[in-house]
Amino acid sequence: MQLTNETIQQKLTEKFGEVVSAFEEPWGMLTFEVQRDKMLEVMQWLRDDKEMGFTFLTDLCGVHYPDNEVERQFAAVYHMHNWVANVRIRFKAFLNGEKPEVESATPLFNEANWQERETYDFYGIVFKGHPDLRRIMNMDEMVSFPQRKEFPLEDQGRTDKDDRYFGREQPRLSVY
Amino acid sequence: MSNIVQAPVINGEGYQLTQLDKVIGLARSKSLWPLPFATSCCGIAFMATMASTYDLARFGSERPSFSPRQADMLMVMGTIAKKMGPVLRQVYEQMAEPRWVIAVGACATSGGVFDTYSVLQGIDKVIPVDVYVPGCPPRPEQILDGVMKLQELVKNEPMRRRNSPEYKALLASYGIVVN
Repeated sequence: MQLTNETIQQKLTEKFGEVVSAFEEPWGMLTFEVQRDKMLEVMQWLRDDKEMGFTFLTDLCGVHYPDNEVERQFAAVYHMHNWVANVRIRFKAFLNGEKPEVESATPLFNEANWQERETYDFYGIVFKGHPDLRRIMNMDEMVSFPQRKEFPLEDQGRTDKDDRYFGREQPRLSVY
Repeated sequence: MSNIVQAPVINGEGYQLTQLDKVIGLARSKSLWPLPFATSCCGIAFMATMASTYDLARFGSERPSFSPRQADMLMVMGTIAKKMGPVLRQVYEQMAEPRWVIAVGACATSGGVFDTYSVLQGIDKVIPVDVYVPGCPPRPEQILDGVMKLQELVKNEPMRRRNSPEYKALLASYGIVVN
């Protein structure tokens, strides 16, 4: 039987009820939200259930939504892929803006290790139970989490950059 | 050799007098072994500079040295991420005196278009630079021009400059210890 988005959604709702919500299908890819404390459970089921078979964690990343209410200011986004049926899904766990924490996916997928380190590096999302949660891309001395919107993109130590050439100041408009 | 004429030379039968400074400077300037530190597209421009059409070897840089111990001229070509900064500095520290640095291209010179938290805004934040070559990336001719500019510096550098208090102060301002 073909694994359709409808089947996945139906099975998920049957199994987890309130835990999963906000189903969407942008560009045909099933997307939903999952409660953060149940994230690992849902992921394990998606991986181990014979019918689901999402055995591959394609990607794991973070998003910062500074304008949301405190409980929903960060999201950890998980992409999974069923190689047999060639079906992809994506789900988000929304996290607290002041203390973004979620269970680490490393017990289920070893590949989550570096991806969680990257997400920590850029967003400061703490993955509980991660074996070695430290920066991976940026230099170790960095104190900010640069992809958070409150941190400026530019290096504050720069001395010789003219903002006009970087689109940060309104260019003088010539009036004819 | 037109270059030898520049030094005040007294010629006589069987002997020639000149200043040691000038002779050494001349010799050094014509045998600058480059250490290519190429991290992005300027490195590609440098490959063209090394290859037969532009032929960096004409200027005495016959042998690109991939060991900092045997190099005179560190050519930094490309974007240096802040995480790379300490590596670049270590390479510089491993070079023996006298040593010179060329920053090739906009990124090595100033960070270029990468006005961002992760990119070093010019390698002169971590090591002293002798010649800056502009361009994004520079043409091979420009890189050659940079090398020739450096040759002029080398040729005219006093023998004892590297022992001078100014030079030591310069290195100390970068936190590099000189023995």
